[in-house]
Amino acid sequence: MHLIRKKRVLGPNLVELEVEAPLIAAKAQPGQFVIIRLHEKGERIPLTLADWDKDRGTITLVAQMVGKTTHQLGLEYDEGDVIADVVGPLGNPSEIKFYGTVVCVGGGVGIAPIFPIARALKGAGNTVIGIVGARTKDLLFWLDRMEKVCHELHVTTDDGSFGQKGVVTEPLREILRTRKVEHIWAIGPAIMMKFATLTAQEFAVPITVSLNTIMVDGTGMCGGCRAEVQGESKFACVDGPEFDGTKVNWDLLLARLSTYKEEEKCALERYLAQVAEAARR
Amino acid sequence: MIRPTQVPMREQDPKARVHNFEEVPFGYTPEEAVSEAERCLQCKRAPCIQGCPVNINIPKFIREIREGNFRAAIRTIKETNNLPAICGRVCPQETQCQAVCTLGKKYEPVAIGRLERFVADWEYEHGVELPEVGKPTGFRVAVVGSGPAGLTCAADLRRFGHAVTIFEALHEPGGVLMYGIPEFRLPKKIVRAEIENLLRMGVELRCNVVVGRTVTIDELFAQGYHAVFVGSGAGLPKFLGIPGENLIGIYSANEFLTRVNLMRAYLFPEYDTPIKIGKVVAVVGGGNVAMDAARTALRLGAERVVVLYRRTEAEMPARREEIHHAKEEGVEFEFLVNPVRFLDSSGRVSGVECIRMELGDPDESGRRRPIPIPGSNFVIPVDMVIVAIGNDPHPLVPRTTPGLATTKHGTVVADEDGRTSREGVFAGGDIVTGAATVISAMGAGKRAARAIHQYLLTKYGHAPVQGA
Ligand SMILES: Cc1cc2nc3c(=O)[nH]c(=O)nc-3n(C[C@H](O)[C@H](O)[C@H](O)COP(=O)(O)OP(=O)(O)OC[C@H]3O[C@@H](n4cnc5c(N)ncnc54)[C@H](O)[C@@H]3O)c2cc1C
Ligand code: FES
Repeated sequence: MHLIRKKRVLGPNLVELEVEAPLIAAKAQPGQFVIIRLHEKGERIPLTLADWDKDRGTITLVAQMVGKTTHQLGLEYDEGDVIADVVGPLGNPSEIKFYGTVVCVGGGVGIAPIFPIARALKGAGNTVIGIVGARTKDLLFWLDRMEKVCHELHVTTDDGSFGQKGVVTEPLREILRTRKVEHIWAIGPAIMMKFATLTAQEFAVPITVSLNTIMVDGTGMCGGCRAEVQGESKFACVDGPEFDGTKVNWDLLLARLSTYKEEEKCALERYLAQVAEAARR
Repeated sequence: MIRPTQVPMREQDPKARVHNFEEVPFGYTPEEAVSEAERCLQCKRAPCIQGCPVNINIPKFIREIREGNFRAAIRTIKETNNLPAICGRVCPQETQCQAVCTLGKKYEPVAIGRLERFVADWEYEHGVELPEVGKPTGFRVAVVGSGPAGLTCAADLRRFGHAVTIFEALHEPGGVLMYGIPEFRLPKKIVRAEIENLLRMGVELRCNVVVGRTVTIDELFAQGYHAVFVGSGAGLPKFLGIPGENLIGIYSANEFLTRVNLMRAYLFPEYDTPIKIGKVVAVVGGGNVAMDAARTALRLGAERVVVLYRRTEAEMPARREEIHHAKEEGVEFEFLVNPVRFLDSSGRVSGVECIRMELGDPDESGRRRPIPIPGSNFVIPVDMVIVAIGNDPHPLVPRTTPGLATTKHGTVVADEDGRTSREGVFAGGDIVTGAATVISAMGAGKRAARAIHQYLLTKYGHAPVQGA
């Protein structure tokens, strides 16, 4: 049982939660994730660690409300409520060391997990260039926190409502064209990571991405999280979640992410109808 | 006159049971049990005792059943087997105790497994006697994993009086008993009852702790545990390594069974975890896991389920009873075939290309090696595939425990009693043997508990450690 200590709405369908999990907070490292199960009938979903506080014994998660579970988390779970299961920290940590100049790209909800990586990279003496982007201004968050851990921060919105109009690969390309960059991290929607990888490849700069595959156990037991990396099947939960972006079979990854599209839609519609029904009463 | 055949066990009708998840065999009534027990010759040599991996005194418990003294019978079994209700259901008796039964030379062997199940179920109905917990020793032991190895080791350590904490990675304890073996073969209420008994014996259970991630073995020692038992199982599913195996619709048996058993995907959308069921399902493999996956797929509504196995029926490692049940339920079998690639229809699997095999000379396992017949390729159109070709040991604990020696197969090196290359670290079950059986995991847990007890007494002396 994990108490929700704080909850904050970051934007439309976007929530930040501070959850009690002392064991995880004590061990967490950038790049790692947890798996949560809300309640007895819940599914197990992975969420990348956005922050943690050893002293408070808490971890911070940012969830975008896309499916039933994340909607339920966003709509029904408030401060003082408990999440049945939180397990972690899972996955291999990011390789934090001195590289020189690095670029950290966070797209959409991926801004949350890129934050601790940028912070650690800065701590390791790197010059950190941050790029964060979202569809529109309301979906941007943690700009203040990112500013603190980046030497410079570029912000994009697809619709131009804030920062530079366009997608994150545009400032990325500009930076790679004019500056010497040793390494790139990109976290966000699979399609964004794919294009960030293509951009990095144009300039032959190594890029690390974090794969958000479907998971069940998160311990290497089911293989549901597998992705094709350099022609081999890899389990994102134990071999990753971070991989060399240039080795990932993106089309396969995108296809596998859509495995349960119909079921997810059905579950969400059913849930939202229940919520509406409850509100009417 | 001895009855030449076993007293049959009544079962759910195959036509009905493919639509439900309830247990297939009903178990013996007391009368049936007594009458089956009367078939036992009570032979002096009792080869069955040697045939049992934990050496249950089989003739004695059968005699007690015959005398109607079921309480005595269960006590006899529990002297060496902590989980009889489970073993009575899932042990491969036909290759163990029943394989060597003297009666079996002439007639059908005594149905030892069914009798074991009978007395264990009788005990559930009439009140379970908990083993006595020893006087507190002050020693603390951590057990990693709550499968049969971990559960048994924990129970026996409590009997010696040690404080025991089980750390389990998943949100529910039980290991394969919970997430792998389906309800229709091993009702989960039995597994839960066993775990409940452990808790009543004072074992502490901490779920959602991944040892190696949440806490390492070295950290457990630093926290004051005096010894650690690793029973983390063989949980890493193998894939075939052939083209197309990551297409949508291709599952490992572990994923498929976990979604259904642990996450109850068959109750989607009431439960949140989804599962996709194909119309035509191919299951690759010939063990218990393959049988469980095939029969589960049928129950979830697949129209056709075809098991693809690269040898013949005689070599199948699955329990005979399960093969028989699968056939009765309508599972089809293709023997002497091996998949070579999966066909892709816009990202989803649409067929499996197989090659026919013939049997050559025996390999190290003594089974005849399957050899592909060139040019014999053919395609089976399917829309779902379940790969059940085995599991590798879980690498997380070895990888994060410096000095813990492993074999080239990734199993932890341990002696008969579970001693590993690290002082104070013991291991047993599938993590040591590779994927094996419930009873062998249980036996390993028992031997390790004894060895841990010895180790603690020798290392720290008999006096309890104060304030530990
Ligand atoms: C589908 C299926 C059907 C089977 N049918 C039969 C049968 O009919 N008869 C039979 O005898 N055998 C059968 N087996 C095999 C049998 O279940 C196993 O041999 C047995 O369960 C092994 O026991 P174990 O305790 O070693 O490991 P497991 O049962 O695998 O338990 C290991 C436990 O450790 C946990 N764990 C792993 N890593 C960590 C970690 N780092 N930290 C914390 N916890 C961890 C796992 O989550 C798991 O709960 C079957 C197996 C499967 C998969
Ligand atoms: S989530 Fe099950 S193996 Fe990775």
